[in-house]
Amino acid sequence: MVSKNSKLKKVILLGSGALKIGEAGEFDYSGSQAAKALREEGIKTIIINPNIATIQTSSDFADKIYFLPVTPYFVQKVIEKEKPDGILLGFGGQTALNCGLTLAKKGVFKKYHVKILGTPVSAIEKTEDRLLFRKCIMDLGFKVPKSVVCRDTNKLKTVIGGLSFPVIVRAGFSLGGLGSGVARNIEELIKIGSKALALTPQILIEEYLEHWKEIEYEVVRDAYDNTITVCNMENFDPMGIHTGESIVVAPSQTLNNKEYHSLRKIAIEVVKSLPVVGECNIQFGLSPKNGDYRIIEVNARLSRSSALASKATGYPLAYIAAKLALGYSLSEIQNQVTGATSAFFEPALDYVVVKIPRWDFLKFKDAEELIGSEMQSVGEVMSIGRTFEEAFQKAIRSLDIKYEGIISDSVMALLEGGREAECNIFPDLSPTPSRPYKIAHNIFFGQNIDDIYKQTGIDKWFLERIKNIADHLKSMLEKKVETPYLILKAKKLGYSDKQLGMIFKKTEHDMRLFRKKNGIIPKVCQIDTLAGEFPAKTNYLYMSYHRQQDDISQSTGKKVAVLGGGSYQIGSSVEFDWCAVNSVITARKLGYQTIMINCNPETVSTDYDISDKLYFEELTLERVLDISDFEKCPFIVSVGGQIPNTLAPKLVDSGVKILGTSAKSIDMAEDRQKFSALLDKLKILQPQWRRLSNRNEALNFAQKIGYPVLVRPSYVLSGRAMFVAYSSQQFSDYLSQTGVLLNPEYPMVISKFIRGAKEVDFDAVAQKGKVKVFAISEHIEHAGVHSGDASLVLPNFSLSTESVREIKKISQKICKALNIDGPFNIQYIINETGCRMPEILVIEANLRSSRSFPFVSKVMGLNFITVATSIMLLKNVPKVREKHSRGYGVKVPHFSFTRLRHVDPVLRVEMASTGEVASFGKDIYEAYLKSLLSTGLEFPKKSALVSLGGEEGKERLLSTVKTLHFMGFKLYATQNTSSFLKENGIPAKFVYKVHEKGFPNVVDIINSRKVGMVINLSDRSDLAIKHQIKEETDGFLIRRAAVDVNIPLFTKATIANIFVEALFRYNLDKLQIKSWDEYVK
Amino acid sequence: MAKKGYLILENGDVLEGESFGDEKEIKGEVVFNTGMVGYPESFTDPSYFGQILVMTYPLIGNYGVPSSSKNRKIDGLFESGKIQIRGLVVESNIDGTSHWQSGKTLSTWLKEEGVPALSGIDTRTLTKTLREKGVMRGIVTFEKPRNLSGFTFYDINKDNLIPFVSCKKIARYGNGSIKILFIDCGLKYNQIRILTKYDTTVIQVPWDYNPFQSDNNIKFDAVFISNGPGDARTMRETIETVKEVLRRKIPTFGICLGHQVLTLAAGGEIYKLKYGHRSQNQPVKNELTDKCYITSQNHGYASIPSTLSKDWKIWFTNLNDGTNEGIHHKTLPFFSVQFHPEASPGPTDTEWLFDYFIKRSEDRVKKH
Repeated sequence: MVSKNSKLKKVILLGSGALKIGEAGEFDYSGSQAAKALREEGIKTIIINPNIATIQTSSDFADKIYFLPVTPYFVQKVIEKEKPDGILLGFGGQTALNCGLTLAKKGVFKKYHVKILGTPVSAIEKTEDRLLFRKCIMDLGFKVPKSVVCRDTNKLKTVIGGLSFPVIVRAGFSLGGLGSGVARNIEELIKIGSKALALTPQILIEEYLEHWKEIEYEVVRDAYDNTITVCNMENFDPMGIHTGESIVVAPSQTLNNKEYHSLRKIAIEVVKSLPVVGECNIQFGLSPKNGDYRIIEVNARLSRSSALASKATGYPLAYIAAKLALGYSLSEIQNQVTGATSAFFEPALDYVVVKIPRWDFLKFKDAEELIGSEMQSVGEVMSIGRTFEEAFQKAIRSLDIKYEGIISDSVMALLEGGREAECNIFPDLSPTPSRPYKIAHNIFFGQNIDDIYKQTGIDKWFLERIKNIADHLKSMLEKKVETPYLILKAKKLGYSDKQLGMIFKKTEHDMRLFRKKNGIIPKVCQIDTLAGEFPAKTNYLYMSYHRQQDDISQSTGKKVAVLGGGSYQIGSSVEFDWCAVNSVITARKLGYQTIMINCNPETVSTDYDISDKLYFEELTLERVLDISDFEKCPFIVSVGGQIPNTLAPKLVDSGVKILGTSAKSIDMAEDRQKFSALLDKLKILQPQWRRLSNRNEALNFAQKIGYPVLVRPSYVLSGRAMFVAYSSQQFSDYLSQTGVLLNPEYPMVISKFIRGAKEVDFDAVAQKGKVKVFAISEHIEHAGVHSGDASLVLPNFSLSTESVREIKKISQKICKALNIDGPFNIQYIINETGCRMPEILVIEANLRSSRSFPFVSKVMGLNFITVATSIMLLKNVPKVREKHSRGYGVKVPHFSFTRLRHVDPVLRVEMASTGEVASFGKDIYEAYLKSLLSTGLEFPKKSALVSLGGEEGKERLLSTVKTLHFMGFKLYATQNTSSFLKENGIPAKFVYKVHEKGFPNVVDIINSRKVGMVINLSDRSDLAIKHQIKEETDGFLIRRAAVDVNIPLFTKATIANIFVEALFRYNLDKLQIKSWDEYVK
Repeated sequence: MAKKGYLILENGDVLEGESFGDEKEIKGEVVFNTGMVGYPESFTDPSYFGQILVMTYPLIGNYGVPSSSKNRKIDGLFESGKIQIRGLVVESNIDGTSHWQSGKTLSTWLKEEGVPALSGIDTRTLTKTLREKGVMRGIVTFEKPRNLSGFTFYDINKDNLIPFVSCKKIARYGNGSIKILFIDCGLKYNQIRILTKYDTTVIQVPWDYNPFQSDNNIKFDAVFISNGPGDARTMRETIETVKEVLRRKIPTFGICLGHQVLTLAAGGEIYKLKYGHRSQNQPVKNELTDKCYITSQNHGYASIPSTLSKDWKIWFTNLNDGTNEGIHHKTLPFFSVQFHPEASPGPTDTEWLFDYFIKRSEDRVKKH
């Protein structure tokens, strides 16, 4: 291929910033494919993306990388500096698109002669402005939902006129449907409408297509008007549930030829009229009663759905879209899978793909579990099977939520107890994450499918598939004894060995043996984009029990398999994809045939050209063993996060060879008891703790070590169910609410919660017990904030040399004792106050790569995963050369609180952030400020609301508030705080708390954007005291208001102090526009 | 448990499945189709006459089948009056009934029309076999075959299949000014549906009808040659008729088998493809404009454009394998395409070809 646009020498590609609800890993996939497409053309590629854990921000993918905010100000600065010829706006989600639109409006691209590649701005505007969009569609003679526009909260009542309820409220220019909702009466409309109008200047109120099918098409068009639809997808849930919140199936299952192809035709005509150059997504509502349709929306960019479509079909949408943006025609590009046919074609699938979102409501205290037109899920999984049943049940297991399939524990437990007679059906089938399982439960216990359809609007076709699964459970329970026929049928329906074991009262292992003895073994299937019509050159694979032969033959030679990270969830996200991908890339360079196993469609690791073989498969013991049986190769389990780490000991028990640190050591680090004993033996300090399994012991122990205490279960990931009790009353309340967690089977770990201490992440790679490379990242927040929610600084900024020396010494000791061979992470608490020698305590050690690996690797210019993989694969590791790094890197979390109604946006021991960004700076302040701006916060205007709970909080913030005053900030404060400030000579305007019922109150001044930042400290130690509960409520309202209007909010003194100091030292102009290689050489 | 059925291939493979159609032994040519929707349309497409159809999409029957009574007709939802395939092989049969247009399950329909069908077959492996070894003769039977010596295969390509699918009598549709002689080699209803949307009178005639015979006094302005099953070289009568049509410079449009007939009538040659094109995702390029289209296809033979005189040019080419997809006379309104612009099932990207054909026909009407 020759470059079409040979004039292009340098192109900027905008990323999407932090992973957040509604904008996640899919844009690392699309950006890295686009970068690949650019580089193939010899075009110098510049990426602006502060998401340091992405794969696209690697030197393998781009020539220059700016870890800067994707905002008009910074992008313009980079354009001024780099003088690019072109820019790509469609690969970084809504963030990049919005930024690009603003710059286009301001005439920046014209001024600097930057060509917008791909879909023109005029077309993007048509899809983004709902009014304009409707007009375009209606001019083409196509149908859109009936609707009215509203710009004024006061007009909500009158404006709806001809529309009848229910109606749906939609906000323009938003991510993942933010601010949308269904209203069934005028009160609900006012409630939802007002909230949406606070975020966006105009909203759309439209007919609610209740129980209509939701169908999507992915459309690709080149600059020569050749257009195809790569894939269509059908939502399991009917209209009204955001497609990111819905179970999605590809291809559509319930559409006939006429529906499929008439929607396809409309999709193509719409896209041609806009016109799009590259890729876009179009959503339809389709009536289940008469085939009538409505066009819902068009996303004129790569989207979550396009990433899914790409993985579902094997058609590399983002790569192709980038080539088309450069001027290629579709027919000039080859189908990458067959290597023989044309990219101008529409994939034919001979399998079924199911995507299920992953929610983490448990992590967000007080979150409503109802799902709807706003996106709240934090990740997703995809699975592939030859029937819906097979794919669906695989997808459920891939979610990593301990479900073995659609038949949930509620059914199994009732059957086990022999209490079938008591089994009631769930009367409420409102859309929640658990609805599908409730449906299966109800079907099993006899609820009629028609009833369920009437309640839910889920097409009976899907309900019948679930019934199929439930019916087979009944036959198995009747037969009582396993037979090859029953088991094969069960496997074809997607049952797991473990669940079959529960049914036939056998262990998972016994079922596996029975299966293998009877030749019931899944076959390896290849995705070839053409349903077998042409052979595939790539090894994009899945497994199915519906086949009689494998599509590929067993390979020999040097090979290694890497387990990926599975679904993104709070605590496990793109950083593990970065690790897994880098591990594969390294192994490939070392001459290994590489095998990747993962089930997350929003990843780069599941691009079939990253590895030699990609198994798009569930990360369960059963499936990994199946793959191991076929591939017979060693596994790397330490780069994909907690899921592979947890599998490691079980894999070893089953005879699988794992590379790196031994399973025994992994277990020793994971098992608190063993690890603690090891620390004691090594004479290393740790916070006092005990594992206890009854209430009295727990309360007594807490009393003994003194409150506050930290409470958590073992095998923790991201602090699930963690809690800090500040008093015995609070602890005992907590225990009565979560009593199930406290019994001999589920003991509880109680440890001393140390306040005011520093926290450190020690990331390293070791070889045979010897530390080879390491990084010490210091948290800005004091210990007590989950490390995933903390702001990390590298190099450390405040530790004493003694502390650093001690940390190194202790780490080496642990490393040696566990004979670590590969990546690991240790978390420390450092108490430097009041003692001559620092007190260094170990919180935990993970013998795998950690969340901060990409960060430390990129700040130090030394790829820890490359080192780790080399160590695991080679006997001799080449000398490690560290780059010279000038300046500081700061990584800050990104929270998606705006998305999560009713969640209190305060930092706790439980992790709540959905993503992270990092920036570089001359010092910690510059880096921190850039980082914080990278999370999408605006540079604050000069006014602040200060509400500080408790004496301690007030004292800790005093000098910072003085600085604000000195800088000319107008200060607002709640009663006690304002009195305190006055006493200290700082004027502050008093505002009422909400419960004080005065005017103006805190929420008013936040909502009216009178303040540019909010500092709100709650005195956690007093939380259990009754009168403080009201305080908490007021605090909640302040915090909630701040995140709802997107104003910087600080709930910890440490970060508030740093932020204000940064504001004092830097204004926007002073922040340097430097690329990664200018910091790290 | 459903009754077991067996697909025997001429290479000796025997595949066991479960019956969900009629239970009678049949013989035919085993071919595969990769379309993901449109099974009622496909199964009633006469081009499949004599074939045992393997569907690569694993779930077939999802949206049931429209009730037959009124849908058998041209204005209904099928492509001909009956199921044309001889047998059906799928991975999973789904008894779907939830679709608003569903009148019965697929299984019921197959049984009503006497067509055997097997499910539970690894259709991907079977497809790969057909891809590698080429289409094969096959037998569907319901007695477990002990040895294969008792079975004889039937080669559908030896016979002229057109008499089985072409109409027996002349029929007229519409009452417009452009009169189209529609040579029915096994047409799909949608071709008539589309043509009668224009100002036309469509005169459907049997494949061997000779309009130039003195006692046949049908007047027409243009000729349409439909799709159909089998080897066009067996259709001597049709080819002769088309030769005369060309001699008289009457606008002519051929689709699929009609494309091959036109090729032969123009003096060109055709050949049998290894496994044909049967799908809804075949990319073709218009060599005259460079525009590309996704097309629906169903054919086992292809034209060899190099065997045509220099009066002809290549119109369309398949982007996947480079085979010919359409020819056009350089000066006269004779043209044909290998794919199905009438779709049904499949994408409707090339429906404009009917516009094109009508315009050429109008030109002639105006001239005369």
